[in-house]
Amino acid sequence: MKLEELRFGTELLKRGFASMQKGGVIMDVVNAEQATIAEETGAVAVMALERVPADIRKAGGVARMADPEIVMSIIDAVSIPVMGKVRIGHFVEAQVLEYLGVDMIDESEVLTPADEQYHIDKTKFKVPFVCGARNLGEALRRINEGAAMIRTKGEAGTGNIVEAVRHMRAIMGEIRMLKGMDSQEIIDFARDIEAPAELVMECARMGRLPVVNFSAGGVATPSDAALMMQLGADGVFVGSGIFKSASPKIMAKAIVEAVNNFDNPEQIAKASRGLGDAMPGLDIHTLPEDQVLQYRGR
Amino acid sequence: MNATEIRIGVLALQGAVSEHIDAFRLALEEMSLSDNSTVVTVRHADEIPHLDGLAIPGGESTTISRLIDKNQMRRPIEEFDGGIFATCAGMVLMATNVDDPRLTTLGLIDMDVIRNAFGRQKESFEADLEINGFGSPYHAIFIRAPVASSAGKGTEVLSTIDKGIVAVRKGKHYALAFHPELGWDLRFQVRFLEGLY
Repeated sequence: MKLEELRFGTELLKRGFASMQKGGVIMDVVNAEQATIAEETGAVAVMALERVPADIRKAGGVARMADPEIVMSIIDAVSIPVMGKVRIGHFVEAQVLEYLGVDMIDESEVLTPADEQYHIDKTKFKVPFVCGARNLGEALRRINEGAAMIRTKGEAGTGNIVEAVRHMRAIMGEIRMLKGMDSQEIIDFARDIEAPAELVMECARMGRLPVVNFSAGGVATPSDAALMMQLGADGVFVGSGIFKSASPKIMAKAIVEAVNNFDNPEQIAKASRGLGDAMPGLDIHTLPEDQVLQYRGR
Repeated sequence: MNATEIRIGVLALQGAVSEHIDAFRLALEEMSLSDNSTVVTVRHADEIPHLDGLAIPGGESTTISRLIDKNQMRRPIEEFDGGIFATCAGMVLMATNVDDPRLTTLGLIDMDVIRNAFGRQKESFEADLEINGFGSPYHAIFIRAPVASSAGKGTEVLSTIDKGIVAVRKGKHYALAFHPELGWDLRFQVRFLEGLY
């Protein structure tokens, strides 16, 4: 085998990496200590951040990629994959994270968008990307730009699952609708949802998205995580839900167990006992429109 | 119609489970064994003894190892008398030794394994490999892959690259550093299945 015959950063490697995360919990962490707790409690990967979404909300102002020093300290602390967030459209932040050795980049509405017209051309990177979506059209536009994984946007930092449920139901429901359509109807539908027709055809054929589909944005309890799995998620991102809870270690373990046993109420009940307070929640309807993160990027 | 029955289970704790199921179904079809054979997910310890073959998929070895213990599956897997088809994280778990002291492996194949031997995701790669017993190169997909630095008693090394050993057989067991479930070449699945009857 000659080194020049190796192929790096292919679509198969990017989507394959995402597949390895299935059935797992990816936890937001802001330092090496939290990353170690996440790894010990069974996270499949960590998301390295400067602040969890709940604190980003509180802080206000422009939220950007984390300081490389934080990212590097987290990379050095754990053996599981490390992900990092960049602003929508900010391809230089993405170049920096790729250089640092981050395993997957989240082009995220949780940070302040850098480009209100275009997302990052993700095909130009060797490292895979995950992107948020509220419906099938948005998911397929991101996949068309090169995303190797989709997650629901939900409403990050609220501890309120309602938006993640809405987005997962929208994506799964639209895919179910495709089943009864002939090819002309599919092309028409693709135009309606502003998605490439070939990708809509692929969804119709497979009965699912062509990439792994996680849930994110509002998961605060083991039952929340299991709910998203029963609705069809391949796995779960937990942002503020763990390290904003009363006892992060116990909450982290409980959410991992609930995802592993998502269809077993007995196990979910067991995992949910005596967890202490979950993160304080926010009613979405009380948020002023400019603080609703899911409207960023479309 | 072929009367041979093969029962394959895919350990469904975390990782690329559905890909293994699809690949084994295709392989059984190719071998004209699909009429009586089954491919199922395995989530409970009591399902393991009824199988002929068990796949341990890629995923995070630390997570899968924790869940094996949590679900009391360690003994049943260690005592399983069928064949085990272990890929990537699965290969790590099959080893007797791994470079990470926090990880308790199953120790079913005598080998020393190094996790993430090639580096991070940007160093993941596809390559054509020479495999012992295959007539033509095999296109392999390595994702944050491990390698074995040595393989001991009773093992047959099927493929080695500059970093180390990437495919090992021991009796009915296969341990592969790459992902045969993500590609289109089913030769490893077929060879594994042939060893089960």
